[in-house]
Amino acid sequence: MKTQLVHLSSRLWALIRLLSTDDAYERYLAHRARHHAAEPLLDRRAFYLCEQEHKWNGVKRCC
Amino acid sequence: MAKILWWAVAILGAFALGGIALHRGETINAMWIVVAAVCIYALGYRFYSAWIAAKVLSVDPARTTPAIRLNNGRDFVPTHRWIVFGHHFAAIAGPGPLIGPTLAAQFGYLPGTLWILAGGVLGGCVQDMTILFLSTRRNGRSLGQIAREELGPVGGYAAMLGTLVIMIILIAVLGLVVVNAMRHSPWATATVFSTIPIAILVGLYLRNIRPGRVLEGSLIGVVLLLLAVVGGGVVDSHPQVRAMFDYAGEPLAWFVIVYGFIAAVLPVWLLLAPRDYLSTFLKLGTILLLAIAVIVMRPELKMPAVTQFIDGTGPIFGGAVFPFVFITIACGAVSGFHALIASGTTPKLISSEADIRLVGYGSMMLESGVALMAIIAATLLEPGVYFAINSGPGVVGATAEAAVATISSWGFPVTVELMQSLAREMGETTLFARTGGAPSLAVGMASIFSSAFGQGLLALWYHFAIMFEAVFILTTLDAGTRVGRFMLQDLFGHFSPSLGRTSWYPSVLLSSALIVAGWGYFLYIGVVDPNGGINILWPLFGISNQLLAGIALCVATGIIIKQGKLRYAWVTAAPLAWLAIVTTTATWQKVVSTDPRVGFLAAADQLATKLASGVLPPAQADVAPQLIFNQRLDAGLALLLTGLLWVVIADTLRVSWRVRQGLPVPPSSETPAIAMAQVRT
Repeated sequence: MKTQLVHLSSRLWALIRLLSTDDAYERYLAHRARHHAAEPLLDRRAFYLCEQEHKWNGVKRCC
Repeated sequence: MAKILWWAVAILGAFALGGIALHRGETINAMWIVVAAVCIYALGYRFYSAWIAAKVLSVDPARTTPAIRLNNGRDFVPTHRWIVFGHHFAAIAGPGPLIGPTLAAQFGYLPGTLWILAGGVLGGCVQDMTILFLSTRRNGRSLGQIAREELGPVGGYAAMLGTLVIMIILIAVLGLVVVNAMRHSPWATATVFSTIPIAILVGLYLRNIRPGRVLEGSLIGVVLLLLAVVGGGVVDSHPQVRAMFDYAGEPLAWFVIVYGFIAAVLPVWLLLAPRDYLSTFLKLGTILLLAIAVIVMRPELKMPAVTQFIDGTGPIFGGAVFPFVFITIACGAVSGFHALIASGTTPKLISSEADIRLVGYGSMMLESGVALMAIIAATLLEPGVYFAINSGPGVVGATAEAAVATISSWGFPVTVELMQSLAREMGETTLFARTGGAPSLAVGMASIFSSAFGQGLLALWYHFAIMFEAVFILTTLDAGTRVGRFMLQDLFGHFSPSLGRTSWYPSVLLSSALIVAGWGYFLYIGVVDPNGGINILWPLFGISNQLLAGIALCVATGIIIKQGKLRYAWVTAAPLAWLAIVTTTATWQKVVSTDPRVGFLAAADQLATKLASGVLPPAQADVAPQLIFNQRLDAGLALLLTGLLWVVIADTLRVSWRVRQGLPVPPSSETPAIAMAQVRT
């Protein structure tokens, strides 16, 4: 019961992080490790700034 | 067994809908609307959307999506369907579905409710899902690009011009809503002002202190925002400090204009991005809270089903229920703007075509549900109070006594004492003529929140609601100005390559200034207009938004016909025909009506006559020439927009006719099918 609850809450936490893009950097690292292991990586801050620039480059919010 | 269950849902829905439509008592419980809505959405999703996906679009889960094929870990990322749903809903849910239904409540609760339900399930949801599907099949291309490739250059340029115009009108009208909410309200002004340093603080935190820790930053920001609501109350209780935040409309309009310019040229991480995180959390939290409160409290709606104002004499905006309820509800039922999102980021995240139904149809259903909550919040107020808050002084009279006398004479009793005590409870000096929809929505939300979650905190709930509306209106304002800037830079790029570079600062400053000047002009005129401005700007916004939806539905219909599915074309052609009728009638009336409360030209002529004969008080005579010019400009703009829609319709008909005749048409721009199995191996 207790392990189930822990499991459930950790899944919920992971979902919240995913939805809010809180885990974007970890996902970026994982993606790079899988597909472009040899290339240099952005650090956390550079990655965040780059993502924001990219995100707000188009119609992203509506009426 | 499942069949019996769905029959039960259908019967329950029909019963609830019949109850809403036929009920003519003093009040009706909001649960009738909630039950009818849940049943209609369930049926629409289970049957209509499934049928469209299978028959009209031929959704094929075995076919790869661009996210799978072009996965680059950035734009193209295969994402879980519920996560895409969350992102898509957060992007489409703006302040429009809260404001439109609030204004449309002047016709009673019935016309708005029926259109939100029918327009959503048969129009808006279908549009969003179809465009999302078409864009997914075309590597996530934008609506404008799809229009250009499938119909021809005419449709493409019309879509682009339409988008630019709608953006400018939209930002102006939203700016006006914020200005009207802050006008002579130190509490609201102090709270809204403080959201800016709070967002900047969060921006710095997310960049310098703990880069990218979005949840931590947002939590800090939301706590600070809640403290700012309380802090606004403290400001309000000190006479000297209070005076520092007590502004008339004009300086507030200038504040919003200057703010909009600065926000558009600042780096996104500093203001726009952090505020968007805050506004998304607030938005989801508040909508959830409102839904819970409506279900827990089951409030009685005090507005009649239908008011006498369906004849066009309404105080909030002039014009009869047809076509203006459709124009006013706008994004709560059908929003052309969604087609831009559905052909932007979202299609690049879809990991299976099977998810398109949930993301496209489903999120619009939820958005339409938000619009229903807004109409519930507006109609649970005493109608007299609702009209006193939302009617401009030019309509009901400038003094409190005149306003209550006019409103009571309509059969909606209200007294000066009642309005004063309500204003005191909400922490405001007056609630008369607080046009724009935000204050009356906030009063509605505050009364339902305080009765559900603790009586006596009315003033805090009211200012929380105002802050919540302002935060995401300002996000739309920044984001919209930025999009307009990119579009202008794209256009300039055709003439001068350096002006087209989005990072070249002189070009950034020039294009931002032009966009801000565009919406700033309409905002300023709206603020100085003694009738409240919203009665001019909101219909113009509604027309432009429905026009964009018309263009999107044209593109969809054209493609369906090109694919040889003429017999299914009505799925998008029927909502298109309806929108074409509605926008054309509305434009016609807004231009040629001889009633100055409806027709732009009639209003201009009436004001010109008054100005010439010298009957206007000096303050009004000063701004009269601007108002006259503006009304004529608005008439021209409405004609231009509707003209654009008809050009695209004609282009669609031309392409469809050529298909029928077997003549050559632009080839399909769909990417060839690659099976999932081929990519995975």
